[in-house]
Amino acid sequence: MEYNGGSVVAMVGKNCVAIASDKRLGQQFMTVSTNFQKIFPASEKTYIGLPGLATDVLTLSERFRFNINMYNMEEERDIEPKTVAHMISSTLYQRRFGPYFVEPVVAGLSKDNTPFICAMDLIGCINFAKDFVVSGTASQNLYGMCESLWEPDLEPEDLFETISQALLNAQDRDALSGWGAVVHIITPDKVITRSLKSRQVSKETYCGD
Amino acid sequence: MSGDYSFSLTTFSPSGKLGQIEHALNAVNRGVTSIGIKATNGVVIATEKKSASTLIDDESTEKVAVICDSIGMVYSGMGPDFRLLVSRARKYAQQYKQLYMENPPTRILVEQIARVMQDYTHRGGVRPFGVSLLIVGYDDVNGPSLYQVDPSGSYWAWKASAIGKNMINAKTFLEKRYNDEIELEDAVHTAILTLKEGFEGQITETSLEIGIIGTSTIGVAGKDREEFPLFRKLSPSEVKDYLANIA
Repeated sequence: MEYNGGSVVAMVGKNCVAIASDKRLGQQFMTVSTNFQKIFPASEKTYIGLPGLATDVLTLSERFRFNINMYNMEEERDIEPKTVAHMISSTLYQRRFGPYFVEPVVAGLSKDNTPFICAMDLIGCINFAKDFVVSGTASQNLYGMCESLWEPDLEPEDLFETISQALLNAQDRDALSGWGAVVHIITPDKVITRSLKSRQVSKETYCGD
Repeated sequence: MSGDYSFSLTTFSPSGKLGQIEHALNAVNRGVTSIGIKATNGVVIATEKKSASTLIDDESTEKVAVICDSIGMVYSGMGPDFRLLVSRARKYAQQYKQLYMENPPTRILVEQIARVMQDYTHRGGVRPFGVSLLIVGYDDVNGPSLYQVDPSGSYWAWKASAIGKNMINAKTFLEKRYNDEIELEDAVHTAILTLKEGFEGQITETSLEIGIIGTSTIGVAGKDREEFPLFRKLSPSEVKDYLANIA
């Protein structure tokens, strides 16, 4: 899980959700890419975050794209975030004794625009949260940042600031996450995606900064 | 009808028909009539529970079957074939539930059953199912819905339909009595009246099987204790009340 590095965080706001990730892809200490996508769309208003082993990130994002496209065509409707979460959970548990090394995060708005977020462990145990979820190599840092910065009923713009600060400062203290960030704010009308510039080297390499 | 080509299921006749499927439809039309009616706030299915002898303990036979919380099914034709389709439908509904943690929308389950029935018209060494099915459900994608599936595997959505022995008369009766604003209570009443037209025995609360689903059958189900319409069969005393209103 720590070979490639990477982190994802999602938060609930007032009639909106946000999901954000870093952009680093490494091979242990060596950084290989500074633009590696970890968040993928499931539907217009639902996104899946996949931090962890990069090969599994790629394989699973393609697998879920396949399953969700089939669902859309067979059921002639968009898939709900809760259903995405259960589908991911079932897929992961099928590999209970040889798992995929990812710990997914799902964030989205239901048909009636109720916010939904959840996270899972690598074998599919779902954690339904009402406030925020974290995952990846900077997860411990993210827990600390979110616990102090998050408050309920943040408007989309405020939620953006909160989730950005939480992720940026958490990944700065993690050697394996960083090199920029991508933030998606999902509201009933639209999804706003922003790319953030961040410290190009972690704080751990300095003393007393 | 198709003359010399009806011996093999997998051979088309020159006129483009599959003889075995035509014959399967005949088997269906020998079966006891079943009715389905869709209302604005629910759906009802009904059939006559006709036993070959008074000695049969007919409490053990079930013609109206529950497939999952929100879907039910009835048939006309061969009982054993129906039982197999019920167990396939139930298994599929549970597999869907295990994957997505919700009940399948009615149309999805209907398509799956229709696929099973079609499969048995496309292979060697098997025969088509000798049943037509009326499948009903209530989901929040399409609300109440009623589907008919035939031995060939074709399916249609209906507002009201009849299958089996008396289907032609029953459908004529339904065409006159059906309107788009009918509510579930009236639909049950109409279904019983339609069955009564061709009833072959004494119409009592134990010789009728009726299943309903709609806004009046909302119940709590599932581990999350969600509320949604559940499919259920009417108890004999409920049927008796409806019959009292007719007599």
